Amino acid sequence: MTETLDTSTPLGRPIKRKEDAKLLHGRTNWTDNIQLPGTLHMAILRSPLAHAKITKLDVTPALSQPNVIAAYSAEELGDLNGSIPCVWPVTDDIVMPDFPSLAKGKVRQVGDCVAVVLATDPEHAADALEAIEVEYEPLSAVVDMEKALDSSSPVIHDDAGTNKCYVYNLGGGYDDVKSKADVIVKRRFINQRLIPTAMEPRAVVAAPMGMSDEMTVWSSTQIPHVLRVLMALVTGIPENNLRIVAPDVGGGFGGKLQLYREEVLATQIARKLGRPVKWTETRSEDMVATHHGRDQIQDIEIAATKDGKILGLKVDLIANMGAYLQIITPGIPLLGMFMYPAIYKMDAYDFQCTGVFTNTTPTDAYRGAGRPEATYAIERIVDELAAELDMDPMELREKNWIKHEEFPYSTVAGLTYDTGNYEAATAKALDLFGMDELRAEQQRRRESGDPVQLGIGISTFTEMCGLAPSRTLGALKYVAGGWEHATIRMLPTGKVELITGTSPHGQGHETAWSQIAASILGIGVEDIEVVHGDTGRAPYGMDTYGSRSLAVGGQAIKKAADNLIEKARVIAAHQLECSPGDLEFVEGEFRVKGDPEKAQAIGAVAFEAFTAHNLPDGVEPTLQGEATVDPEDFSYPHGTHLAAMEVDTETGKVTLRKYVAVDDVGNQVNPMIVEGQVHGGLAQGIGQALYEGAFYDEDGLPLNANLSTYLIPAAPDLPSFITDHTVTPSTTHPLGTKGVGEAGAIASTPAIINGIVDALRPMGVTDVAMPATPMTVWKTIQAAKGGQA
Amino acid sequence: MIPATFDYTKVSTVDEALSALADSDDAKILGGGQSLLPVLRQRLNAPELIVDCSGIDEMKGIADAGDKVVIGAAATHHAVMTDPLVKSSVALLAQATETVADPQIRHRGTVGGSLAHADPRADQPPVALALDAEFTIAGPSGRRTVPAADFFQGPFETSVGEDELLVSVAFPKYDGWGTHYEKFNRTAQAWSIVGVAAAVRMDGGKIAEARIGLTNVGGSPVRATAVEQALVGATTMGDIEAAAAKASQGLEPFSDEDADADFRRHLAEVLTKRAVAKAAGIE
Repeated sequence: MTETLDTSTPLGRPIKRKEDAKLLHGRTNWTDNIQLPGTLHMAILRSPLAHAKITKLDVTPALSQPNVIAAYSAEELGDLNGSIPCVWPVTDDIVMPDFPSLAKGKVRQVGDCVAVVLATDPEHAADALEAIEVEYEPLSAVVDMEKALDSSSPVIHDDAGTNKCYVYNLGGGYDDVKSKADVIVKRRFINQRLIPTAMEPRAVVAAPMGMSDEMTVWSSTQIPHVLRVLMALVTGIPENNLRIVAPDVGGGFGGKLQLYREEVLATQIARKLGRPVKWTETRSEDMVATHHGRDQIQDIEIAATKDGKILGLKVDLIANMGAYLQIITPGIPLLGMFMYPAIYKMDAYDFQCTGVFTNTTPTDAYRGAGRPEATYAIERIVDELAAELDMDPMELREKNWIKHEEFPYSTVAGLTYDTGNYEAATAKALDLFGMDELRAEQQRRRESGDPVQLGIGISTFTEMCGLAPSRTLGALKYVAGGWEHATIRMLPTGKVELITGTSPHGQGHETAWSQIAASILGIGVEDIEVVHGDTGRAPYGMDTYGSRSLAVGGQAIKKAADNLIEKARVIAAHQLECSPGDLEFVEGEFRVKGDPEKAQAIGAVAFEAFTAHNLPDGVEPTLQGEATVDPEDFSYPHGTHLAAMEVDTETGKVTLRKYVAVDDVGNQVNPMIVEGQVHGGLAQGIGQALYEGAFYDEDGLPLNANLSTYLIPAAPDLPSFITDHTVTPSTTHPLGTKGVGEAGAIASTPAIINGIVDALRPMGVTDVAMPATPMTVWKTIQAAKGGQA
Repeated sequence: MIPATFDYTKVSTVDEALSALADSDDAKILGGGQSLLPVLRQRLNAPELIVDCSGIDEMKGIADAGDKVVIGAAATHHAVMTDPLVKSSVALLAQATETVADPQIRHRGTVGGSLAHADPRADQPPVALALDAEFTIAGPSGRRTVPAADFFQGPFETSVGEDELLVSVAFPKYDGWGTHYEKFNRTAQAWSIVGVAAAVRMDGGKIAEARIGLTNVGGSPVRATAVEQALVGATTMGDIEAAAAKASQGLEPFSDEDADADFRRHLAEVLTKRAVAKAAGIE
């Protein structure tokens, strides 16, 4: 086990973020700010229908519009109309339909790309779309997942002959334990469709670079490195001639973990016309054309003894793929597959997931990606089991969770949790929450028939971070690895370039990575420049998603810094005329043990490495360390979250009064950044519980694809969160850290809904659908009253 | 999104505005732009000409006109809700205005613009209706005055003609009345699902007179006259509750994702009870 961090170095300190001055002063470089001479602006004609044959499509009238240079449908674009690949074929017999950038003869979702116009300014490009002549023959759409699986439903991909994408199975043995159970609780939960809604919509600029063969693509993406590989495969542009740059990126939340049609179109058209092509997404496009998240029907069954020992769990999912498979669409529910058993010991676990196509926007990763869905279902059903057993929900959890002395623990889902201390996090959370006072108030409100009832919601969650050991990904049929790279270069002047393969888009890597390197190299945080998000300057990497950047990228930084020190030690020993073993590295300098006056600072070593006048034999000039690390295992943050929910039973309006989050993310590199990640994650998880949900009518038309009806919480809607932590260092990570990017979003959703149900349970309410809008809550109360009467 | 091409003119007097409107078959008036710009950007409308009236000095002021407060149509939400005269004599308008959107929007958007846009979800139209405000409209043949009861004609429809301009809105003074605007929405900055504007004149612990306007329970704001009558003489929460139960009478609310017709009728009753109780200071 790694020791608790030494706070004499920058590591573990809440220092202010280096990147913020630039952001706050507007000195940012968003993709849309990039102005290249000769740029053509792309506008996209999108399908207004969810399912239709294109019976007529003529782009030529657009060509005579002012400032228009080109216009294309799939037919005109021909071989350049690349298809989006799916890189996670989860089963051998998965259905993977063609997903062309521009629709070929048929549209399958509102927002499908039908044609593009290129003009010398964005205004005329937008105007010219109206000149394109297009006619559709509407087809019956299918939106409901269960209906889509019915053989009488319209088939979305004719060649496939079915809307079923895949069926994935794990486990077996649940039926055996079920026969021994005293209590079985079954529920159907709907984990509704969400829209990632990053602050900065997507944007791309693709530019053939003058005399060379290089094509540079700037994109508001989370994954420049993965994008380069995929773009090369889709376009045929040699990978070594492709440079992908993610400049400043304003949020992603998984929504920019993608290769999108618009990126392919911009690149191919730039190549065809020999001019830069730029496309900036509008918010209206973002709501239908950036992938969505969640959207699963979860049938879950838990078996237990009458004294509350959980015996087994059975999960049967239907997961909405949407109209097409984006790059990892089918794999998202499988990331959740491992997490349904969560922190609980049990003997059996059966899992099945059926992926299904519908006439909706494709789904893919959204903050937590599979794990929030799993955590929601297990934390909800544990509460329902407690109610069935008439047990306190926390007591039931304690009875079943893995005790801290039982780690490492191999779960029934096949993972090995290295460490955890659920007792400590829970004790701290209960203390901060004031559980006894709130339970007393709840009782008073119940007895007096107060129109505003109080409920207490619990979520004792864990999750897996650090995607991922490459062999594990291989076993799951994911077509890439999960390693990460770092190079640390100490320049002759003592300044440091830290080149990372992670690609931050708001997380604060520039600060946190500097803290790690500075603490090892014994230099100032301000002496380090973090280079990222550009395949030309940071050639190797697997990018940022799945709370992997610190969990995997942090390991590479640590090892690269250690490697740099080892090279420097040999040079310093030569300079100080001693053997490397005689040196200790303290506060940024090599000192001869027992003779601390004899010392050389690491900056001086860097200069010696640069001049190369006096290097030991066999030592190459320049001072750098690099490392590519494949993680040994995942890491498993956990925590206890508690929510006090006020429910106005007259109007159904729910108010989150108090929220306590005690997270154990292991050692923290920067507690202020950790807190920020927890706050943002909570807002998104609470957003799912109370506000957000993307809905379609039965013709597949979006009902709320704008920000005045798709509501996301803002500061006035949330209380001041009470956050704290326990520290149980990870043993699979050299810094003892785990990962924090998704914890808040994963933990909070069930805490909120559990709190609402707890408030209303005496009225006969046993579940509330998400989002728990006033109307939903009010109707749930009315239905329960009707049921009781 | 990018709006379709349009011509733009900024005018500095009401007459200039009217002449610009007269010269175009398809003009729209720009006030603070908080409703018009989203419409243009989503290409829900593509007028030929935008007449920017934000520079007409005559329309910006808030004036004391004896028994009335006259609010220029170009006065911002922020100016109206912080104006001492409005706060003391037309407190209900100030309270409703405080609930509009967020500070940025309240500093750009105008009360007159919101009233003339007549969005059923808007918070000020039921206030104007309940308080019997009068609308002064300028047109080619001069100025005319329209009572609030005739001004609102349906969703996004008012009695302002294509060639006319709303110049000001006069609110009678309600000094000493108890007032409250009860807004019900899902997030703090969202539109009202239902809202209730209530003003009551108290006399010795009794409600002597009441004025109630309802937001977003129909295409236009609704005056809850049955509730107003039933409230006369009310002294207790029970009296208020009984009167408020009439709030859904005659309503034909629409259904949307936030509320179906049943829920809207229910909210009208509950929120009326709460608005009146707070306005009257009865618990």
